[in-house]
Amino acid sequence: MQQAVIPKLILMMLPMAIIFLAFFLVPMAQLAVVGASGEQGLAAYASIINTPRHLQSMIATVMLSAVVTLAALVVATIAGLFLVRNEFPGRQTLIALLTFPLAFPGVVIGFLVILIGGRQGLVGDISKALTGDKLVFAYSMVGLFVGYLYFSIPRVILTIMAAAEKLDPALEEAARSLGAPTWRVVYDIILPALKPGLIASGAICFATSMGAFGTAFTLATKIDVLPMTIYTEFTLNANIAGAATLSIVLGVVTWLALFIARSLSGSTVAASG
Amino acid sequence: MMLSRKLSFYLQLLFTLLVCAFLIVPVVLSALAGVTANFFVGLESGLTLSWLAQVIDLYTDTIYLSLLIAFACLVITLIIGVPAAYALARMGGRSARIIEETIVLPVAVPGLAIALALILSYGGFREFRSSWLFILVGHVLYTLPFMIRSVLAVLSSIDFKTLEEGAASLGAGFWYRLKTVVLPNVRPGILAGSLMVVTLSIGEFNLTWMLHTPITKTLPVGLADSYASMRLEVASAYTLIFFIMIVPLLIAMQMLSASNKAKTTKHSVTKNIGS
Amino acid sequence: MNSNTSVQVINCGKTFEDGTQALQPINLEIKGGETLVLLGPSGCGKTTLLRIIAGLETLDAGGQVLFNGEDVSHLPVEKRNIGMVFQSYALFPNMTVRDNIGYGLKVRRQSLADRQTRIQEMLAMMHIENLAERQISQLSGGQRQRVALARAIAVRPKVLLLDEPLTALDALLRERLRVEIDTLLRSLGITAIYVTHDQSEAMALADRIVVMSNGRIAQQGTPREIYQQPSNSFVADFIGTANKINGRMTDQGFEVEGVVLPKSILNVVGGNSTSANPIQTQAIFRPEDTEIVSQDQAHFNGQVASTFFMGDRTRLLVDGISESPIIVETTFKQEISIGTEISIRIKDQGLMLLPDELIEDLPKEIVEKTEQ
Repeated sequence: MQQAVIPKLILMMLPMAIIFLAFFLVPMAQLAVVGASGEQGLAAYASIINTPRHLQSMIATVMLSAVVTLAALVVATIAGLFLVRNEFPGRQTLIALLTFPLAFPGVVIGFLVILIGGRQGLVGDISKALTGDKLVFAYSMVGLFVGYLYFSIPRVILTIMAAAEKLDPALEEAARSLGAPTWRVVYDIILPALKPGLIASGAICFATSMGAFGTAFTLATKIDVLPMTIYTEFTLNANIAGAATLSIVLGVVTWLALFIARSLSGSTVAASG
Repeated sequence: MMLSRKLSFYLQLLFTLLVCAFLIVPVVLSALAGVTANFFVGLESGLTLSWLAQVIDLYTDTIYLSLLIAFACLVITLIIGVPAAYALARMGGRSARIIEETIVLPVAVPGLAIALALILSYGGFREFRSSWLFILVGHVLYTLPFMIRSVLAVLSSIDFKTLEEGAASLGAGFWYRLKTVVLPNVRPGILAGSLMVVTLSIGEFNLTWMLHTPITKTLPVGLADSYASMRLEVASAYTLIFFIMIVPLLIAMQMLSASNKAKTTKHSVTKNIGS
Repeated sequence: MNSNTSVQVINCGKTFEDGTQALQPINLEIKGGETLVLLGPSGCGKTTLLRIIAGLETLDAGGQVLFNGEDVSHLPVEKRNIGMVFQSYALFPNMTVRDNIGYGLKVRRQSLADRQTRIQEMLAMMHIENLAERQISQLSGGQRQRVALARAIAVRPKVLLLDEPLTALDALLRERLRVEIDTLLRSLGITAIYVTHDQSEAMALADRIVVMSNGRIAQQGTPREIYQQPSNSFVADFIGTANKINGRMTDQGFEVEGVVLPKSILNVVGGNSTSANPIQTQAIFRPEDTEIVSQDQAHFNGQVASTFFMGDRTRLLVDGISESPIIVETTFKQEISIGTEISIRIKDQGLMLLPDELIEDLPKEIVEKTEQ
């Protein structure tokens, strides 16, 4: 039975394979080749280290993504665990609201950040009323941080809640029966159980922050993160080879983050945009 | 003891509410700004629908184009994604994992890079480059993994191989089994995947910004445009329209996952009751 | 006539892609209308054999499966006209009970009217008329089992294959359905192959049992033969409980560490040689073939190491006779305290000699397992 089925399976996979090959694998390969086709050849890939501007933007992007990931994990773990472990009226609504911005695109989030921290933003109004100084942070790294945190929190909360729900309550009961106080239960039982989920969602968070373009685009073209640098190289400087090398490097770094997370957590990391 | 637990409960609740406020307040703010006569003055300036009217006047075609692309994207991901997901699940093993890994790449690789690659390879085909199909290609690449994963998730949660063996033992051939047994049972996965594909396609910006042309502007491209060049109220009204389009999809997604969850728990309960 | 399909398994082996040999090449014949039970521990190859007969598993080269003498080895499962009941039932959750039962008929393009008649017949036969419109998720385990049976039988298969159909049910229900399945198979007169790891299920249902171990047939025969004349210590151990003693066959009888057990207690029905055999031999006896007697009648003396009261009888573990404790069963009403010295006698025809060569023939792990 198995043998007879294989040709049919291949047939079923064929349309996807053709589209994928033609529009992803071949173009990406071409991109990699174009990246190496400049005056420097393959050495162009080293330009990310040699060119101070590129290196700076790379470091800034990695730092920002790492900080966002850390913050999102902490915030989402606290909120997610709370929501799974407690029963109270309005809980479902709260969960719905928290996971609701899941599919907001980066541009819209950028706009929302402007509404909070922009020149006419909420925080500015409040701070002006309180201290007389208008606090404006939207158009800087801080604004980008807020924006990335905004789109990371729903994703991470979902993963954490899913992992926490799978937790066998008997484990916690066993720990308590052995006399463990709450903080020990959290530290010894719950966090280790959440670890794969934390690694997985952290990796996604990091990868999306690395590649996100819309938020930075809305906030300001001045913010120097890698996607913006690529965009500037391509459109303003018409440096196609340079843009290609940077894209490839960016792609490899984000893919690597997901790959490492997957091997660490031992399960498939559901990458999501 | 009891008191300290209560205190920690309220502290955590407060924290969670603050997080929720962080996520929701800007959305409400934006929605309000879209119907406020003058956001700078505040709500006292009165409510108006004129900003919305202005947006519809200026940007209707972006809305249509986004819907068209989302729909076309859904059709294509259904046609190529669902059979591929089944084939992957059925094949199993190392090769299936490698293929799955490859298909997910467009999600891991930043949209900007993919868009650049597409432009380099196919930008020379003028007709293609300037049509909405060019954007569609990007959207298909980006959303396909979600469709495939969604179907794969359902396939791995039902023992479809045994179900198929059951059907085969009763005389059903390969395609008949697919039609009568496999497809009906992966419907929740297809539905969830479809909602995800449409939602993501409507909101896609990273790729689209690079792939679009002045005559092929999607909703998010229009949004970016309005954020840069329009007054805040118009931008807000435009964002509001986007929310109105996307929120029902998000709610449907949440309801679907909730009902699936309820179904699986009910199933396991009846299983445990026995006769 | 469907009910009289015979099945022949010729030289059927199965090696999986990773190289593990699940099934050594096996020969087996199932007569038309016979209920054959494949019995063995998990991993013994019984399910693989069943799936080969069904056409769900490919054969190693050289093997053949014949239905009524006709080679079906190259037919896929859907062309073999079998009925199969799966351990997990494999009921289609997207269909009602009625549609599940009618699925095979629909595949066979039967007219709606014919289908309805047959479905009604099946519902009545399995006493589930009131469940016809239910969804599968609304059924209990026992009800699912009935639907699965009805669905498999509805197509009037040549052969009915059942893969551990009762394993997922609780003990009481299992027993009830076992009786029902037995009645059903007898009344249909259908050729049936039934896989189980439960010896009491096998004993109750089988015309013939094939005990399997490590991908081979360890013994085949009627339930009575298997129980009363196990041809090796694996079978003796797997079916029922067996005490093993090592000794030698002499002209006087079976000699165990200086004690000679008279020939009268030897079970000779199996035709195993009772002539003098100087080499070490194993003999076994069942706990129920022992009795507690006065010392002058005893074959062995020992001390009670532990007792298990089982209601209708008491099971004793007795030390001091063999390396491992001997299991003895008694219907004594009084409690026997631990440490009591007791005298044991093996009932006439209670001692079974095991042929040596078959023990050596078994795979090493089993020999080790049975000797521990």
